[in-house]
Amino acid sequence: MADRAQPLGLAGWTGIAATVAIPALIALTATAVVLSAEGGRGLSAADWAAIRFTLWQALLSAMISVGLAIPVARALARRQFLGREALITLLGAPFLLPVIVAVFGLLAIFGRSGLLNNGLVAIGAQPISIFGLHGVVLAHVFLNLPLATRLLLQGWQTIPAERFRLAASLDMRAGAMFRHLEVPMLVRAAPPAALIIFAICTTSFAVALTLGGGPRATTVELAIFQALRFDFDLTRAAMLSVVQLAITGSLALIALKLARAPDFGKGFDRPAKRWDVDDAPRRILDGMFIAAAALFLIAPMAAVFVRGATNLAGLPDVVWTSAGRSLLVAALSTTLVVSAGLFTSIAAARLRSGAVWIESAGLLAIAASPLVVGTGLFIIVFPFVEPARLALPVTALVNAVVTLPFVLRALIPAVRDAEASFGPLADSLDLKSLARLRLLILPRIRRPLGFSAGLAAALSMGDLGVIALFADPATATLPLQLYRLMGAYRMDDAAGASLLLLSLSFALFWACDWGGRRGA
Amino acid sequence: MRYPILAAGLLAVTPASAQDLPVLTVYTYDSFVADWGPGPAIETAFEATCECDLQFIAAGDGAALLGRVRLEGARSDADIVLGLDTNLLAAANDTGLFAPHGLETPALDLPVDWSDATFLPYDWGYFAFVHNAGMENIPTDFRGLGASDTTIVIQDPRSSTPGLGLLMWVKAAYGDEAPGIWEALADNVVTVTPGWSEAYGLFLEGEADMVLSYTTSPAYHLIAEEDTGKTAAAFAEGHYLQVEVAGKLASSDQPELATAFLDFMLTDAFQSVIPTTNWMYPAVMPEGGLPEGFETLIQPDQALLLSPVAAAEARDEALDEWLTALSR
Repeated sequence: MADRAQPLGLAGWTGIAATVAIPALIALTATAVVLSAEGGRGLSAADWAAIRFTLWQALLSAMISVGLAIPVARALARRQFLGREALITLLGAPFLLPVIVAVFGLLAIFGRSGLLNNGLVAIGAQPISIFGLHGVVLAHVFLNLPLATRLLLQGWQTIPAERFRLAASLDMRAGAMFRHLEVPMLVRAAPPAALIIFAICTTSFAVALTLGGGPRATTVELAIFQALRFDFDLTRAAMLSVVQLAITGSLALIALKLARAPDFGKGFDRPAKRWDVDDAPRRILDGMFIAAAALFLIAPMAAVFVRGATNLAGLPDVVWTSAGRSLLVAALSTTLVVSAGLFTSIAAARLRSGAVWIESAGLLAIAASPLVVGTGLFIIVFPFVEPARLALPVTALVNAVVTLPFVLRALIPAVRDAEASFGPLADSLDLKSLARLRLLILPRIRRPLGFSAGLAAALSMGDLGVIALFADPATATLPLQLYRLMGAYRMDDAAGASLLLLSLSFALFWACDWGGRRGA
Repeated sequence: MRYPILAAGLLAVTPASAQDLPVLTVYTYDSFVADWGPGPAIETAFEATCECDLQFIAAGDGAALLGRVRLEGARSDADIVLGLDTNLLAAANDTGLFAPHGLETPALDLPVDWSDATFLPYDWGYFAFVHNAGMENIPTDFRGLGASDTTIVIQDPRSSTPGLGLLMWVKAAYGDEAPGIWEALADNVVTVTPGWSEAYGLFLEGEADMVLSYTTSPAYHLIAEEDTGKTAAAFAEGHYLQVEVAGKLASSDQPELATAFLDFMLTDAFQSVIPTTNWMYPAVMPEGGLPEGFETLIQPDQALLLSPVAAAEARDEALDEWLTALSR
């Protein structure tokens, strides 16, 4: 690391302002909800049961996602094969799926009439049921394993090739390399990855209830929904959201503190060559991990593709119009979040001790209930402007806030490494502000920058977020239109719309990700 | 690809609204305003009679609709709220935001008597379990369903109006015996979904034998898809009704136009659109009768419906019974 930190500069201060804006927005919206309350009954025993279930399933989902991602990312990191880059991109796709599309894709494989059970029945075995806690965890692992794999893969890429070369020259075997190089990296990369997945799973609503098999699987988000819609108990809704935030926030601080581990120093960016793992058994084992992950992640998406392909051509015009609107929202929110993320990462890299706080603040955005934030914004906006007029800007803003944590997770380590490796050189050349950004930081973070822009764009395409509260018939986005088709018996059109949404999200993700990796 | 249409959305172009005409704002649920819902035809028909601009604003489902009006209070732009059901009416009345409709109610074709000074019904339907036509051992009542190994998907009463309707159905039919019925049903319930769409989707994908929906659901498959393969099970204890109503807001700045709309709502021009767009029964039978295909639907012998006050009083207890039985 550089001995003296760079001053924060304009970029850094902009980043800090963006960081402060998130908890401020969450607090402001929760306060607006409470102030509109007409008195409520506080948290009940059932609410606490919902909080316990929510945390438990989120913990399981996060642990299993990261646990499975370790061998998959390791295999991908140390193997080179034809189509590897394309496979890595394709494996990211489930994370971009709107949850309802993912649920139906999973059912086509694991459901009562799905491929797996048809196969089991054909060989005379007992069919299995997807409904229950295991179904919820299965769906969450399906949705989040891609993110975990990508984050860990980036971790592997932070180990300079020179370290592997040195280890090999010291005659280290695979086991020793794992202990001395990979474990220290995982200690740094795995807890934040688990944490971000934990936060995503705490706001699960449709997946948990639909696949949970009954009210045992009640999550906090459902309790909030009930409080807002059926009981009109705004205080309780806000309290539930705050309890959830407090838990995620404290876990975030702990996990990110733990995550501060040794870094590997500088390297010359050579591709890592591995001498330790070229034997046949390890090759076969790695091949099996990659194949199993590919099958698990791609089969449900293939089902969505097959189901939707025949219905794509017959989609009503309004679906295409809302697809265009979703693209607009995605472009807006991606621009916003990538600029905010870049500045915030620069601030985090320069303020070494404050970095944990900055990233924790960002993480709150995922754990905050979209329903409470949306309702709060509605209460704030309504006296001044007709909410429908603001539907698209508000959606873009909220999407940007919600995707900021992903961008930060990808950018902060990259900016920090760039500064640590080349900061002293840049200092000696008196490289400052824009020049430093253009010549040092941007070229060094191309890959994570492209990845996080793609992630943000695709997530904004698929995210229902707050649009439902603000939209009128003329401002519906594609995910909202998809729900409207489903709500009117038009399941075939909904399948076509799902495929359209999946294709557009994936195309956005691929374009940004590829742009970042090209020549990087 | 349909570039011009995609581009219209990308550029956020919205159709220009008519200038200088008085605007009547109607809050309703999502599926009402969809291109394939009743909204567009009704808008054209009403604007032909009123010299006004009718604007529908969609706000989720019935419960979300009431929540939105409560959030907005007296400052709301809405003149009419269309799409509440009887289970929400007690809460809607308590808000004090609605004004009496002041109309002479015409003869309604509802299976129950209706006299309410504030809310007027525009359509109705019976809740029912829908299944595939070829299914064997079709249950004929809740006891039979509970004793069978038939699988069902239902909606959560805490987040969905049909889910709440099922709760009231069991309560209206069995009263104090409702907990026993739910305990027997617990092992038939494959899963509980947040809304109607997910449940119906699961059923169509083959995840359960039956789904809680309406007796009119098979008419959609028959008329829109020419598929005779879906039918509803007739239950001996009778079927619970969902009556959908509209009401005028006291804060409306167009009270006369609002009254004119409520009046129009019960005429042929509105009612004849309902069966094949909202897939419910019209509150006043249109002159042309029901569309071909509706005669194939089951006709329950007995209609069950709790009054708004009774439904509101029964809700918390019924919800506890449901949660207890299904959380085992």
